[in-house]
Amino acid sequence: MRSFSYQRATDPDMAVQALSAAATANNPLTKATAQPLAGGTTLIDLMKLDVMRPAAIVDINPLARSWSAIEPGSDGLRLGALAKMSDVAAHAEIQRNYPVIANSLKLAASAQLRNMATLGGNVMQRTRCSYFRDVSYENCNKRNPGSGCAAMDGVNRMHAVLGTSDQCIATYPGDFAQALIALDAVVEITGRSGTRSLPFADLHKAPGTTPEIETTLRPGELISAFSIPGRWPRSVYLKARDRQSYEFALSSAAVALDVQDGTIRDARVALGGVATVPWRAREAEALLKGQKFDDGLAQRVADAAFADAKGRRHNSFKIALGKRVVARALQQAVTMEI
Amino acid sequence: MTAAAPEPKANMGHPVPRYDAAAKVTGRATYASDMPLDNPAYAFLVTSAIAKGRIDGFDLDDARQVRGVIDIVTHENAPKLKESKLFSNGGYAGTTIQPLKSADVAHDGQIIAVVIAESYEAAREAANRVKVSYTAVAPSASFESPGTTTTAAKGQNAQFKEDPEVGDFAKAFDAAEVKLTASYDTPTQHHNPMELFTTSCAWMGDNLVIYEGSQYVYGLKNGVAEQLGIDADKVRVVNPYVGGGFGSRGSMTPRTAIIAGIAKRLNRPIKLVPTRDQGFTIATYRAETRHEIRLGAGRDGKLVALRHDGAEVSSRPDAYCVGGTKTTTRLYACPNVASLVSIVRADRNTPGFMRSPPEVPYLFALESAMDELAVKLNMDPVELRRINDTTVEPIGGKPYTSRSLMACFDEAARAFGWSQRSPQPKSMSDGDWLIGYGCAATCYPTQMAPSAARVRLQRDGRTRVEIAGHEIGTGAYTVIAQTAAERLGVPLEKVAVFLGDSDLPPAPVAGGSNSTASTCSAVMMVCDRIRQRLFKAVTPSDSLADKAKETVGISQAPSTQAAQSDRPLDIEKAFDALGVGIVEEYGEWKPEGAPLDSFTAMHSGHARLVGGHQMKDRIAYAFGAEFVEVRVNRFTHEIRCPRLVGAFAAGRIMNPRTARSQLMGGLIWGMSSALLEATEIDERNARYVNDNLADYLVPVNADVPGVEVILLSEQDDHINPAGVKGLGELANVGTNAAICNAIYHATGQRIRKLPVRLENIEA
Ligand SMILES: Cc1cc2nc3c(=O)[nH]c(=O)nc-3n(C[C@H](O)[C@H](O)[C@H](O)COP(=O)(O)OP(=O)(O)OC[C@H]3O[C@@H](n4cnc5c(N)ncnc54)[C@H](O)[C@@H]3O)c2cc1C
Ligand code: SF4
Repeated sequence: MRSFSYQRATDPDMAVQALSAAATANNPLTKATAQPLAGGTTLIDLMKLDVMRPAAIVDINPLARSWSAIEPGSDGLRLGALAKMSDVAAHAEIQRNYPVIANSLKLAASAQLRNMATLGGNVMQRTRCSYFRDVSYENCNKRNPGSGCAAMDGVNRMHAVLGTSDQCIATYPGDFAQALIALDAVVEITGRSGTRSLPFADLHKAPGTTPEIETTLRPGELISAFSIPGRWPRSVYLKARDRQSYEFALSSAAVALDVQDGTIRDARVALGGVATVPWRAREAEALLKGQKFDDGLAQRVADAAFADAKGRRHNSFKIALGKRVVARALQQAVTMEI
Repeated sequence: MTAAAPEPKANMGHPVPRYDAAAKVTGRATYASDMPLDNPAYAFLVTSAIAKGRIDGFDLDDARQVRGVIDIVTHENAPKLKESKLFSNGGYAGTTIQPLKSADVAHDGQIIAVVIAESYEAAREAANRVKVSYTAVAPSASFESPGTTTTAAKGQNAQFKEDPEVGDFAKAFDAAEVKLTASYDTPTQHHNPMELFTTSCAWMGDNLVIYEGSQYVYGLKNGVAEQLGIDADKVRVVNPYVGGGFGSRGSMTPRTAIIAGIAKRLNRPIKLVPTRDQGFTIATYRAETRHEIRLGAGRDGKLVALRHDGAEVSSRPDAYCVGGTKTTTRLYACPNVASLVSIVRADRNTPGFMRSPPEVPYLFALESAMDELAVKLNMDPVELRRINDTTVEPIGGKPYTSRSLMACFDEAARAFGWSQRSPQPKSMSDGDWLIGYGCAATCYPTQMAPSAARVRLQRDGRTRVEIAGHEIGTGAYTVIAQTAAERLGVPLEKVAVFLGDSDLPPAPVAGGSNSTASTCSAVMMVCDRIRQRLFKAVTPSDSLADKAKETVGISQAPSTQAAQSDRPLDIEKAFDALGVGIVEEYGEWKPEGAPLDSFTAMHSGHARLVGGHQMKDRIAYAFGAEFVEVRVNRFTHEIRCPRLVGAFAAGRIMNPRTARSQLMGGLIWGMSSALLEATEIDERNARYVNDNLADYLVPVNADVPGVEVILLSEQDDHINPAGVKGLGELANVGTNAAICNAIYHATGQRIRKLPVRLENIEA
């Protein structure tokens, strides 16, 4: 591990100051010299692997006093960025009114990690691409812009089939982000000039020609909260994976429905484990609106969700798998008792 | 009694708690890297990023800038070391590829530099800054790659002497009423013991102490001495506890002599803690294998022809092979048998022992094929095994010393509820899940090796047992303490056991499941000598009883009438009669049929294992039967294994608690091997990709909700004085096939390649 400075930020201004001081204009956030430290379960890991090499660490945990509230209200939910995954997953009102959120968190990582990890850190977690995480591989465009992509023709079973580019096919690995993007969450961002709001869907950036740029967050900015409009008691998170627990998704679906008198009034479908960024299947979900549910419809929605999917040598199975996961998640959402 | 401490049946010891339990759960147990060193320097390895080629040069400027760096050792300035032969060819080494010897790179992750610094962190940072330029050559990764060479195993490897055969396979197969030909594949696997491959070396003048988790302290001591060119008596290996071995610590790896050499040169103790991913390339692994099985049977299910061809990957210089045909050709009655094992050389590190090395891949093939044959015959797979059960192995016609295979099948089937199975594939389900039941036989050779022991008894009954055995988590301390307590008639709490130190009397490698049989037989013999001395002191020498007692410990049967009648010995009286405070005995035990040079070899760190099919007039194996329930999700095709039930018979069970724990661990590992574990190789560059515990999957608790172990009572008087068949490697053998057989039952799909993942199940 390289030497780095460590600073505890006791208020947001201090954190933003410390993070901005080191920021240089042409460095993408992932390479910024100063990085905020929340639970550390991604950051410390990548520092030990020599993948992330920040010169300065700004510990934002003291901000938890004001940034970890869990606030369910009548017209929506607000979650502080420093709330722990485990606390949110265990919250009774979230389990009742936002099961897709509670389950996306509960089915992620392990109990120990969920106790450490924060919501803000969770959405900012980096890909698990083995070539990205092993610096002995030169060619990784995300880590080493312009160096090529070792995964493209390498071992790519875990890689993405949606949102890929010829520069990078790394999967966005998180679960919670699928729930956020499905529910039209808004991110609250604190920076030098106060706070700004951004649709969660605009936070992450597909790799395109610049896989090293992962979000629209700028150096010196912090996520302070997420807000989710409305309530979604009819929602599910279905996750298919190699192990029963403690494993990333091979394919997952976050589905939320508003069904009245058998007719689907509103529908949200997001996909995990298969895309380079948190993935909302907007065209697919449009097929559901105003319809009565049946298995044929579920199939058409699933097909639409993966219409543009492109598989590589080891991950093509994710297309068929992803479709079955979407269809099954829809069935579960329609039939769930609320 | 609880599930963890099963009620002992006939010929079983007591399920006493582990000798080392409290030390382990309270963190008092000191593993090799916990040993305090005086002013150590820290080593961090730099390993190669190519699998084949040459190092053109190093740029070390940046690395040297790191504060605290003491030295950077490369092939240009490394201590000169002598070669050691491969373990399976009579040497000590797990590989003959010696890093830091030249600029050549022979496999991925080969050690190419060692950074020494004042702290671990500084050493790591400097290692990250070492820049290496290579001339890479396209390597051959595995079976499919161009550039490999394939040759028959026979004659290349001292441990693989014959391709077993009998009768006329070709003719019998041709004429068989029912035929099956099928191919099976197993993947590369890594042991990943919890304890990393650490090494600490400290010199005191000319004497070297090595702290390293090892399954063979005498082998390591002699091997390192050979490489350093010093007298083995000057080397001591210490590891009172080993954080898991599974075969990975049975043979010497190159790191130890390198660290010892650097420590000598720097005149300072050095502590090396490699990373988890380095563990994938600096030690051994289970190589991928391929099999073709041909079975011919009559309509009645009787096997008439069996052929097993196996191919295994090894490194360029070393012909390592496991050759499991020695077991698969002898498991069932069959008059016409043929087999062939080949070795495929690729640009890889040399593979090595991994829990049940031959049986895991080879029985996966045979026991899957038996299930396929049962389907073809429309026969219950348990009945097919019963029809082909035998008491005599078909190759040499030797009788099994004991064989409880069908008793295990019957017990396990009952406990599992096999009768509830509807035989048709895809006929059982529960909601989203298709249910499959499957079973397979499991077996492992009974092996023994020469072992010594020293036992000291005090007047107050306090006993000290010394033996350079190994506590790799199996329960060695516990069963050795039990053996001494029982033989000397002293309370268990009074027995202290010392293991894991090459200054103690030699024990064999903790491999091949021989440890309990070997060390306990030695301890029994030495305890009996102490008893004889004590008896002699208090019994008139001409009495008849004395004559009987003289034979105690030499006899093959431990519980003769005479031995039992010895029991009431007043130790204090005997000591007073002898007029001493301590009685101490050292003894060397060897199994029947051990070669003449056994004891010399034992002291120089060569284990002469005997047993299995190599006994003169008999063949000795432990057996078991494994039943599993798998569930395959209709939608996601996820495969889960909610129930594993195994019944096992392995001669005397010294301690049902530690035995159950071993067998349970085996079943779980077997499940892991069938559904999760595989080291992925990037075939373009012959490098491992998922070399960490996040990507190399092993089960979590949620994956193993139900594991049941049934211990069968079995007595075998033909194996060793302890009456013990090893069971550490028994349970993970049959599971691979049992799970694939259950997947077939659940889905109608036969999967012949491990591990089975959700993408292998078709819609
Ligand atoms: C073995 C393992 C298994 C896992 N399995 C899963 C899984 O199944 N599903 C899943 O979803 N996740 C999984 N994870 C990932 C885990 O959930 C994340 O590591 C965790 O949520 C990150 O949160 P943290 O607070 O620890 O983040 P940190 O490590 O502290 O930070 C992560 C990144 O975000 C930045 N950051 C942190 N907080 C903020 C903020 N408020 N604003 C802006 N930037 C910020 C940091 O600088 C850093 O770059 C797994 C992780 C591991 C190690
Ligand atoms: S997929 Fe992306 S992260 Fe992985 S090697 Fe390619 S460029 Fe790097």
